[in-house]
Amino acid sequence: MRNTQATQLLFELGKPGRRANRLPECDVPAPDLASLYPRVSLRSEPLGLPELGEGDVVRHFTNLSTLNMSVDTHFYPLGSCTMKYNPKRNERLASLPGIVDLHPLQPDDTVQGMLELLYEVQTYFAEISGLPAVSLQPAAGAHGELTALMAAAAYFRDRGEARTKVLVPDSAHGTNPASATMVGFQAVTIRSRPDGSVDMEDLRSKADDQTAVFMITNPSTLGLFEKQIHEITTLVHEVGGLIYLDGANMNAILGISRPGDFGADMMHYNPHKTFSGPHGGGGPGAGPICVRDFLEPYLPVPRVAKHGQTYSLESDHPRSIGRVRSFNGNIGVLVRAYCYIRAYGARGMKEVSQHAVLNANYLLARLKHVLPIPNGDRCMHEFVASASRLKKEKGVTAMDIAKRLLDFGFHAPTVYFPLTVPEAMMIEPTETESKETMDAFVVALETILAEPAENLHHAPSSTAIVRPDEVKAARQPVMRWTAST
Amino acid sequence: MAYLFNTSEDVHEMLSVIGASSIDSLFDCIPPEARFEGELKIPAALSEIELTRRMEQLASRNQGVGQAVCFLGGGAYDHFIPAVVDALASRGEFYTSYTPYQPEVSQGNLQVMFEYETLICQLTGMDVSNASLYDGASATIEAVLLAMASRPKCSRVVVASSLHPEYRQVLETYLQWTRFELVTVDCPDGNVPLAEWQESLDESVGCVVLSQPNFFGVIEDLTPHAEAAKASGAVVVAVCDMISLGMFASPAQWGADIVVGEGQALGNPLQFGGPYLGIMACREAFVRRMPGRIAGQTEDRQGQRCWVLTLQTREQHIRRDRATSNICTNQGLFALRAAIYLALQGPQGLRETAEQCAWKMHYLETQLAGNERFEVRFHGSSWREIVVRDRQQDVPGVLAHCQQHGMLAGLDLGRWYPEFADCFMIAVTEKRTRAELDQLLQLLVSSSHPTEVAHA
Repeated sequence: MRNTQATQLLFELGKPGRRANRLPECDVPAPDLASLYPRVSLRSEPLGLPELGEGDVVRHFTNLSTLNMSVDTHFYPLGSCTMKYNPKRNERLASLPGIVDLHPLQPDDTVQGMLELLYEVQTYFAEISGLPAVSLQPAAGAHGELTALMAAAAYFRDRGEARTKVLVPDSAHGTNPASATMVGFQAVTIRSRPDGSVDMEDLRSKADDQTAVFMITNPSTLGLFEKQIHEITTLVHEVGGLIYLDGANMNAILGISRPGDFGADMMHYNPHKTFSGPHGGGGPGAGPICVRDFLEPYLPVPRVAKHGQTYSLESDHPRSIGRVRSFNGNIGVLVRAYCYIRAYGARGMKEVSQHAVLNANYLLARLKHVLPIPNGDRCMHEFVASASRLKKEKGVTAMDIAKRLLDFGFHAPTVYFPLTVPEAMMIEPTETESKETMDAFVVALETILAEPAENLHHAPSSTAIVRPDEVKAARQPVMRWTAST
Repeated sequence: MAYLFNTSEDVHEMLSVIGASSIDSLFDCIPPEARFEGELKIPAALSEIELTRRMEQLASRNQGVGQAVCFLGGGAYDHFIPAVVDALASRGEFYTSYTPYQPEVSQGNLQVMFEYETLICQLTGMDVSNASLYDGASATIEAVLLAMASRPKCSRVVVASSLHPEYRQVLETYLQWTRFELVTVDCPDGNVPLAEWQESLDESVGCVVLSQPNFFGVIEDLTPHAEAAKASGAVVVAVCDMISLGMFASPAQWGADIVVGEGQALGNPLQFGGPYLGIMACREAFVRRMPGRIAGQTEDRQGQRCWVLTLQTREQHIRRDRATSNICTNQGLFALRAAIYLALQGPQGLRETAEQCAWKMHYLETQLAGNERFEVRFHGSSWREIVVRDRQQDVPGVLAHCQQHGMLAGLDLGRWYPEFADCFMIAVTEKRTRAELDQLLQLLVSSSHPTEVAHA
């Protein structure tokens, strides 16, 4: 039974005079504030925050939480986003006193345990990537891209090379070209061939002495390992450029293939994907990067270092690009990654990828009979199906299927990405789903595809709301509550 | 294995459906030269009991603010976090959910984003807020880039040296790849000197950054500074502390066009520096270039009020290299915590929190007056932080002495400001008691005679 108060806003629930929180009596003298501060600096009007009791707040947010799908409650086959199970133990361990309550500017000798943890997780990241130098500072995958591109730009600047171009495949995440632009590079698109691999001719025609970096996602956003990886890295290195690996899909190759070994010079991880940090409704993530030795001097500061048995944060790196955010990085996320890696160990790491790939191939094998999968019979950790034939024959779109799946208790796959596949539905089960769950998902899809198109156009029918008007939201934007709303 | 659920029977059945002989054969697509044949140098797997022991062992080698008394600030603060915040934010439906790309099954998160945005607008006096960025420093550079994009003929960005030094470092890092020049106005007295500030302004300045309180904890009347910037055509970016807005005038009132800040203090743990919460709000004129996600109100097919992500065409997944920013994630979970925190506080709770910081700081200031060794460095109106000068110029010694007695007494300002190497900065939140303040004062006095205390 739905609680109708759930969808009222905090502001509508509030009532003057209600309070949730009380502070202790102030135990020092409390002089008139106007005697302490310029009067103009003090707030003259009451602050327009809602006034609520603790019970109001608890019920409100608890009710709101029930309007979400989540990994704890539903299967989330959301390709490229790697929505795997988030271990409860990691949440508890990341919240231990002595872990969660450290001030970022505490003296190094009061945080030796934390620095040891960070130093260790840094060595694991290096080992898994095959790239020796690590920065833990970037706050998200896209922030890692940006940081690495800055390091590359600083490297070329040091060498007196004015390289202007960053090459990005058309199937890449949109953050790649956006990051390149922010560092002052021109983003140049490289075409993909129909099978999803990089079009080598296009690459050959565009890779030249102006090329700073080629950003590649491998395995690709189609869930395919780029077979020409050796030719690509050789070609780019021959013109003096660097290879950046978008690590979004590392879940497929842990302990199986290392970017540093196959020619990447820089990469980022998405610990919230690969190492099971929860996505938190859109964040936080983190974006640690790994680079080759010759790029190490350019990494941002501070960096975690070890001298003898002592750990420290070091900022004395004269060729560093500087600092890319405040303090030390998204430590809470890195702590969870540490716990995750230690819980699996070396062999377990590899098994993660083996089972991620097994699950994806199983789902592919079962779905290919009902939904065309343009890029073949095998995949890595994810695959891209296309609803374009259905659209032509029945007028059913990828979005219709996505919405109808919600009625069957499954989150929708990623739709309309990558841009290179029409009516794309990108599906990634991850290693933490059971065969039973995937079987149920297949049955749901089969049922949906056999339904009259009408059902799909009207879907979902079981959710709190149905097909919100996004055009209206953008054309007549209402982005805050006001009393008249 | 830790979180894998396929039994060997499952594996067998799945492989036969796939038509593969083994799991290994599924990796045949990886060319031999790209294969890693060894075993990763990572320690063997730990059970939950062992991992817990390992983490407890690491934690025991840290001195958290639960053990030490924390007077450290500098952009991260030991404010109280009500139990309700942890209880609600640890619901799996919140923290294991994804970005609300399917609004039908994300109304909880979307409504929280909308409420968070409204709360931030109420605090800052701005028209629109996004649903958060990485942290205060990255929000500041994003605000500068946003402001500069609206002033295409301008090339200079003016900041004061009283802006958080790490934020200034981040500005330098990003701006070195643009055509923009960063100009810093020095603040030898802890305030932004109006004459020098005015001198730095001309039509080439596209944006200025002013902080309130500033890094030294000083509250200033920044109205004339903002007015001067506007008169020269610059956009005013304000870096503000959200707790302080419980009692101080909103930045809109003194002339800010874009407001950014660090939201850690709003119910988020210190966790050694991150993840934190980047706050950004602006006047309506900037909204179509504002980076990050925004939740907006709309109606569904049945005419019900509901929420969606909106104005997404600004973002990288649509505009790619022409996006207004490369930022793709937000700090959803921490924005949620901030919303819960502010809902619990209400106007009165936030005001009292800010007032207690003010009064406790003032108490410390009063007690230091007339001290032989220590003096308050800047004569202004400190709020939650204060800069103290050691006439004997032994800041490391003083801080080490306090640390031995379980007090993280302050931050050595010499770390960022060589000219203030004889100073340290003390932060006092509502959590600090008079007894702790008195103990700190006593330790400061006794640090002149450390041996006596050691024997006491």
